[in-house]
Order: sequence, then structure tokens, then C-alpha cells
Amino acid sequence: MKLLVSPSPHLHSGDSIEKNMYGVIIALIPAFICSILFFGTGAIIVTLTSVLACLFFEYIIQKYLLRQQPTIFDGSAFLTGVLLAFNVPSNLPVWIIIIGALVAIGIGKMSFGGLGCNIFNPALVGRVFLLISFPVQMTTWPLAQGFAGSYTDAQTGATPLTLLKEAVKTGQSVNDLLVADTFIGYKEMFLGHMGGSLGEVAAWALLIGFAYMLIRKIITWHIPVTIFATVIVFSGILHLCNPDQFAGPLFHLLSGGMMLGAIFMATDYVTSPMSHKGMFIFGAGIGILTVVIRVFGAYPEGMSFAILIMNAFTPLINRYCKPTRFA
Amino acid sequence: MSTIVITIISLCAIGIVSAVILYFVAQKFKVEEDPRIDIVEGLLPGANCGGCGYPGCRGLAEAAVKSDTLDGIMCPVGGTETMSKVATVLGREVKTEAPKIAVVRCNGNCENRPRSSEYDGARSCAIEHALYIGDTDCGFGCLGCGDCVAACPFDAIHMNPATLLPIVSDEKCVACGACVKACPRNIMELRNKGPKDRRVFVSCVNKDKGGIARKACKVACIGCGKCVKECPFNAITIENNLAYIDFTKCKLCRKCVGVCPTGAIHEVNFPPRKMETDAIKANPAAKSATTISLSQPANDTQIIAKEKNGD
Amino acid sequence: MLKTFRIGGVHPPENKLSANGKIIVLTLPEQVIIPLSQHIGAPATPIVQKGDTVKAGQLIAQATGFVSANIHSSVSGTIVAIDNVTDAAGLSKPAITIKVEGDEWENGIDRTEKIEHNIALSQEEIIKAIAAAGIVGMGGATFPTQVKLTPPPGNKAEFLIINGVECEPYLTSDHRIMLEKAEEIIIGVQILMKAIGVKKAIIGIENNKKDAIAHLQQIADKTPEIEICPLKVKYPQGGEKQLIQATTGRTVPSGALPIAVGAVVQNAGTALAVYEAVMKHKPLIERVVTVTGKSVKNPGNYLCRIGTPVSKLLEAAGGIPEDTAKVIGGGPMMGRTMLNIDSPVMKGTSGILLISDKEARRSPVRNCIRCSKCVSVCPMGLEPYLLAKLATFNLLERLEEEKVMDCIECGSCSFTCPSARPLLDYIRLGKTRTGAMLRNRKK
Repeated sequence: MKLLVSPSPHLHSGDSIEKNMYGVIIALIPAFICSILFFGTGAIIVTLTSVLACLFFEYIIQKYLLRQQPTIFDGSAFLTGVLLAFNVPSNLPVWIIIIGALVAIGIGKMSFGGLGCNIFNPALVGRVFLLISFPVQMTTWPLAQGFAGSYTDAQTGATPLTLLKEAVKTGQSVNDLLVADTFIGYKEMFLGHMGGSLGEVAAWALLIGFAYMLIRKIITWHIPVTIFATVIVFSGILHLCNPDQFAGPLFHLLSGGMMLGAIFMATDYVTSPMSHKGMFIFGAGIGILTVVIRVFGAYPEGMSFAILIMNAFTPLINRYCKPTRFA
Repeated sequence: MSTIVITIISLCAIGIVSAVILYFVAQKFKVEEDPRIDIVEGLLPGANCGGCGYPGCRGLAEAAVKSDTLDGIMCPVGGTETMSKVATVLGREVKTEAPKIAVVRCNGNCENRPRSSEYDGARSCAIEHALYIGDTDCGFGCLGCGDCVAACPFDAIHMNPATLLPIVSDEKCVACGACVKACPRNIMELRNKGPKDRRVFVSCVNKDKGGIARKACKVACIGCGKCVKECPFNAITIENNLAYIDFTKCKLCRKCVGVCPTGAIHEVNFPPRKMETDAIKANPAAKSATTISLSQPANDTQIIAKEKNGD
Repeated sequence: MLKTFRIGGVHPPENKLSANGKIIVLTLPEQVIIPLSQHIGAPATPIVQKGDTVKAGQLIAQATGFVSANIHSSVSGTIVAIDNVTDAAGLSKPAITIKVEGDEWENGIDRTEKIEHNIALSQEEIIKAIAAAGIVGMGGATFPTQVKLTPPPGNKAEFLIINGVECEPYLTSDHRIMLEKAEEIIIGVQILMKAIGVKKAIIGIENNKKDAIAHLQQIADKTPEIEICPLKVKYPQGGEKQLIQATTGRTVPSGALPIAVGAVVQNAGTALAVYEAVMKHKPLIERVVTVTGKSVKNPGNYLCRIGTPVSKLLEAAGGIPEDTAKVIGGGPMMGRTMLNIDSPVMKGTSGILLISDKEARRSPVRNCIRCSKCVSVCPMGLEPYLLAKLATFNLLERLEEEKVMDCIECGSCSFTCPSARPLLDYIRLGKTRTGAMLRNRKK
């Protein structure tokens, strides 16, 4: 009888990359269902295209370019596909999505060395590339019209953030904006009945996903809660200083990609810090940068850029922020 | 138009001012160094492998310029050729050292040395060695996890997937010694390369008593001493049940290879002898290494040599 | 709220299959192999020769130097060999082989069941008796007890902490002795308290041994200086530093010994051995060993003589199951794989675990996905992913900076890693090399 020999430990928890990746995908199901209910078939087409394109490109690159065993079933490319889809409008043409997937996987992940080696969140790399290359298509958001909403001919309109940016540019008071008819109200923002990218609108669905991931111990609370807290404090201070020019914390929390970004994009394993101290700094940086870009920058939404900028700081944060030592 | 002109002029101005500042700063903070160090560094291969024992090629260059003699300063990659050039530049004597090559002193493939357990830990020889005897009954033999392969900066060692033993490439190995340091069982050794890259060595490091060694591996050295008696140059000694051929004394006559009962002594890059062909006809099952060299090379460097020659 | 240690920890499935198995006295084997090194420190020096007849409890090898332990014959019979024997790892180590003949014991050893309560010896005499009996840490660490009970000058002991935690899955020997030999253990604790001159002792027990906690609480009721402290079930609660923090709240500083915070920690089995040595004049020659595993026919706790071949224990437990892939001496988290099942039970062998290929075989190693789960579970607050990478590239100064020497090798990191990376394998390599570098520096 040939015995097995190895150093200790001789047991494994059974945790795997697949369990974590597919776990995050499961956490995104409520948001996906909401996206179908609000944006119709467009949501399904965009998500399916993005996922299949990401899997395809990863397979091709791994098998033919890198000559490695393809690992497309580990769930990471699938997740990148889903997150890329959730970050774009539901009427985005298929060919643009495919380009986005190629950039996300090819440049955002593979060029750095594959799984675990990338510095920037691949889905955000894809999304920002598309935003800069196709600004019109990427900033024309369909309104939440329900399941009957068409894919290509969806009625588009302003999102709360674009309304805010317009208001500030034209000198309109933020208060006026909030009482105007065009503003849908915080309850509707929370439920997701607003224009926006396909996965970012339904705050409640995303929060359910957050709870699911916490229970399954896929992520910890540190990054999302820090981002929310920083946004509340920073935008709160600004709002108190000048309520006419600056929107309040609740507005910022519920609008744009805040929920999706804080819960699913900033918490990406590979690109976020490893210690809790580091996660606090990371989250605080994202919160401040997002509000700064939203309020003072040219773009209405700053979440993607904020996360990518903080991704660049992650190695530095890891070098200097060590976990609490036992002694 | 004027915008472009202004831009060009202002950028040029910035460039010129920066260049001037940098020039003066470089002059002020310049470290005075013997200019010969740069010259010597230029003569060296630039691999920064550390085989000379100094930190990188610049380290060797500094040491060479600062010391009075070139004794003990030798670049294994560049070899005697490079050291002669360095000696000429510095006006010193150079000692000629025989070219060396890394040799794998174990032939315990799966056929010779059966596996008695399965190692399921991290794929590192150092780790497996620290844990236990290894996945065979020989506690001295090659573990096959490839620490030597990983350590080689010249891509000269590869693991043979069939035998689970490392193969050293005659052309690429520069005897820098990285693999020797990496092997936890001292199986790798830097030995002199004879003419046509030939070498004779005992392919075993097992120090157990002959019976125990042989039980674990068919081609182990059992310390019988036949080779010692046979060697006309007194190049072989037996210590701790293990024969060792001193490569400074060995004249590559191969007499020891013929008398080794287990085939533990290997000859590499030699043509097969006519005598052996008759020997094979007489006893096809003979375990002499030379017999094996005709049908199945004992050390797989011969496969590489053969492939190179278009066999 | 149950007490616990503050950072890290994991929850491997407990699998305490033999928790209800009353201790069974194993019949004597035909021969015993007693290794000369069953402890940390220098191997003992034999004082007998081949052909001598010995009795159970007779001194056969003496401690070599201060950090070493005496070794006694566990059986009566004739010495057939004093030579190198293949140990569990397949390596050759010196041992004394004795052919068992009858079961005669040394004069003076009290083999009755009567429980002796009166501790007549003085502090120095107790320590001498413990040293003479060859007692070492029975939790598996095998540190010579008399050395631990003699703190270096300038250090004062404040508490005695008894480790009844048994946090490793599958193992139950400490659980059973706390149930069946509770009175003896309490007296052993009192002896140890006298040995180090402390007025307080805490027995830490994980909360999955509620019957042992209740039983000991009942017996220790009359001895207010001994506190029974139930602890949250979390691995590695039984680690010395974690146990001290959970029971007393004190944190042993990095690189320091427990005595730096006034604590001396001893295993429950060691306390029992101390009782037997001091009150019954019986040296350490037998111990309870758990034989367990999901496919084992009769998992149980067997009282066997030191030197009994493991194969004999496996026989008693119903033979080696068909699907056994790994035989482990100790628990599944920190135990050592055994290659040779004829190797003997030693002073530190707390259990023999047989696991199947499915449970034991490691998954293929994949890229680190930087999930930081290894960082969350490390009980010492280290960064295992970083230590493993630094060890792979042999960056010893960085390893020292990152406190690799604080690692207690509990295995929580490798247990948790979703990419099945062999973190602890590389960290151990890094520790060995960094330790060597530090020792060279001191010179």
C-alpha cells in the first residue's frame, strides 16, 4: 500500500476559487432580475454577450497566445463578464460590448499575467475604455421602462447624476432640483426606477447581494462600509456648507454606480488591499475621490475612476499597512 | 499658428534649462570611480548570475580592479577567454581553470529505484527533503521536484518527465553553481569537462551500507571498491560506502566504468567501444553503464548530444 | 460569552468519533522499540547494554545535559538491540529494542488505583522527581517538563495554565483522561502549582467537551485556587499563546516565552503523568493514544506502553481500513505523516489518524487570488501569502521583518486557501532558513 506523505496540515476547508467567484455571481442575481424587470430584453442580451465574449477571449488568449491550459470555468472571467455588463447601459450595441470584453480580459487581466496578477479591476478597465472610446453610447442611458422595454430603441433619458451635473453647471440650486418633477424621489432611487447602467440602479437588490456575500464569508464588510461612511461624511460636510451647490449624502449613496461599485467592484479580491487597515484607507480614498469627481469633475459619475485610482495604490497600501499582529 | 510657436519655444526652453541643471548636478554629485571598473564590466558577459561569488558583473569588476591579483576571481560564464581579456586590461596574471559542468550524481529513475510512497506536499526538493526520506527507499537520491531547474539562471537544466531526474545541457551550462547550492542533497556537483565535454563520475551519493543501498536502488554505489583497484591513476576513493572519482586526477580512461557491478559509474559523451558490442552479444542483460549507453543512455545528456548530432 | 483568542482561527470539522470511547488498556506487544529522542533537546544516552534484562519503569537512558529527558523501559524483558531503527519518516534514528517477557515492574512503583492526596515533597523535590521520571510535554510538543518548571532567573511565574483544549479534530485522549482520571489530574495540577510556586491555576477546555468541563468543575469545586475555564471551539485554541490570551487576557510578546507574562502552560496529560510520577513513583512509560478515522472499525482511546508499534494499535482498532491513504501521528492539522507503521508510540504521540485519499489528497495548486482569507485566519496576525512568497524567493531579511519567526505552524492558512496553495510548506522552509540566519548573526 503506497501511502501519501505531505507536511501538515492534512485537511482542507474545501474552499475554492469557483466557490467564491460563483458565489459573487449568485449575489448578483437579485440585481440581474431587477435589470430585466426594468430594462427588458436589453439587459439579457448585454449580459449574455458580455459573459460569452469574456469567456471566449480568455479561452483564446490562454490556449493560443499563452499556450496554457484554459481555466475559463474557474468563474473569474464569467464574473468579469457579468460586472462589465452591469456597468454599461442596457442598450449598448453588441459589437461595443465585445470590444469591451476584449479590453477587460486581454488588457485588464491577461496582459498582467492572468488570474491574481492584475493591478486594475478588469471590468472597470473595460468599462472606462468604452466610456472614453464611445462616450455617446456609453452615456445614453435607457429609462427604467419595464420588461417591455426594447433593446435597441429604448427610450433614453437623464439619470439623477446627469441631472445634478446639469443643475450645477447651469447654476440651478440643488434644492430646486430635488423638488422638481424630473426628480423621482429617494424611494424610487432605492428601488431602482431610474436611468442608469443595467446593474447599478437597484440599490436594494445590490444590498441583498452584499448580505449574501457577508453570510457566505466571500467578502468582509470593511471596504463597502468604509466607502459608504466616507461618502456620507464628505458629501454631508459639503452639503452642510452649501446645500444649494452640493447634494446630500443620501443622494450620493443611491445614485449612479455607488452601490454596485462599493459592494462588487471595489471588493474585487485581486485589486484590493489584504489587511483591514489597508481596506479602510482604500475605502476612504474611493469615497473621497468619487465625491470629488462627481462634484468638481467634468464627469457626472466618478466611481469607476476612483476605484481604478485606488487600485493603483493597493500595492503601496499592502506594503505599509500590516494586519494587527498578535504581539 | 502662434500657439504652436509659443508651445515649441516654451518646451524647448524648459528642456534646455533642465538639461543645464541636470548637467551641473551630475557634475557636482559625481562619484569618483576608477574608470577601469567600467571597462572591465564591459568585457564581462553581463548575466549577473552571481556564479563568481560577487554581486553581479559590476561586483566582479570592482573586486578585480581593487585587488592586486586575479586569484580567486573567475567568471565561470565568460571562462578563461574573458578573464584573459580582463587580465590584459588590468595588467595582471590570470590562472587558467579547466572548464566545468554541473553533473547530476543520481540515476534513480522509476525503473531503478521504485517509489514506495507518494509525496503530496509543495513541489520543492528542499521541503520534501526536510520532511522525510523521500518517495523511495533511498534517503540520498534525487527527489525530482526541480529546485535545481528553478535555480538555474541559464535555462540549462530540465526535468526529464520519464525518469523524473534532471538533465544538464552541455551547451548551456556555465557551471555557475546555482544548482549545487539549490540541491538539498548535494547531488549536483561541478566537475571538470574533459575534451569534447567528456566526463566520468559516480552517479550515486548514497552513503548507506551496500546492501541497504542496493535494495533501494538497482544502480546504487555499493562501495565494493572494484573501481578503486582498477583505476591506474589512484583517482577513486571510497568513503562512507560511497566511491568518489577525483576529477583532477581522472584521465577519462573508463576502466572503472567496465568493472562497476551495479553500473553506478557513468561515462558521458564517449563513443561506444567495440568490446562492449561483443559483451552485449554475450550477455544482453549486463548492467554496465556502457551497455546502457548504447540502448538507453545512462545520463540523458547523451540524448541531447545525439539529437544535436542528428541521430 | 465564551472566552477565546482575539485574532484569526478556523473551524475544521470536529469529528470527535472516539469521544465516548472509554480508555481501553492495550495488551502488551511482543517487542517495544524505545527511541532515544522522544523530546526536544539532546537525545538521551543509554545506560544499559544488549542482553540486559530490564523491568518496567527501569531507567534505561539518561538525559544528556539540561534540555533533555530520562527514558525508562516501559516493559519487562530483554534488550535485543541498541541501534538505528527506521522511524516514522523513514529516517534512521537510534533506539533501544526490548523483547517483552512478562510484566514485572520496578520496586517502589505504586500500581494500585488508590488516589493519593497528600503532596509531601518540597518544591525542589517535586522538580527532581519530574525530571527523574522523564516527563515531557504530552500534548505533542515534548518539551522536557523540568526545564519549563525552572524559569530563567528574573522571571516569576504567576499562573499555571493547563491545556485541556484538544483543539485538533479527531483527537480525544485528553478528553477521556479528564473524564476518567479527573481527580488524579487535579492533584497533578496542585503538584505543578507547588513546583512553580503559584497560587492560581486555570484549566482551559474547549466547549465541545461539556461533560469533562462539568466533571472537572465538580471535582475542582473543593479547590478554589483551580479555575475551570470553558473556551470557544476554535482552532488553534490549544496553541500556547492563544490559550494564555484567552484564559488570562495577557499577550506573550513576539519572540518571548510565556513566562514573560507570568504563565507556565502544561498539557492535561502531562499533569496526569506528574501525579503518577510524584505520588505513585511511576515514570512516564505509558500513555493514552486515540486511534481514529472515518473508516476505522473501532475508533477509541487506548492506554499503551511507550514503544508499542503503531501497527499493534491499529490491529486493536480493527485493522487498517481499505481506503487508508495517509497515516498521521497526531491530529490532522499539525500531525506528521507516518511512512512506517511499525514505528513506535512515543511520549508525544497523542493519536493515530487514518484518512482516506478523498479527505487527504491536496487539490492542484493555483494562482494566489489575493483574497486575504489566509490573513484573516492567521492567529498570529501574519500575512501567510507574503511569507510564502518571500520564502520561495529566499528573501530572509524581509522574512525577518515580516515576523516569520512568530509563526506557530498551526496550518490555518493552508487549510483556508481557496487556491490550495501550500502556504505552510513554504513558510516552514522560510522559518528554518531565517532561524539559521539569526543564529549565525548571534555568533
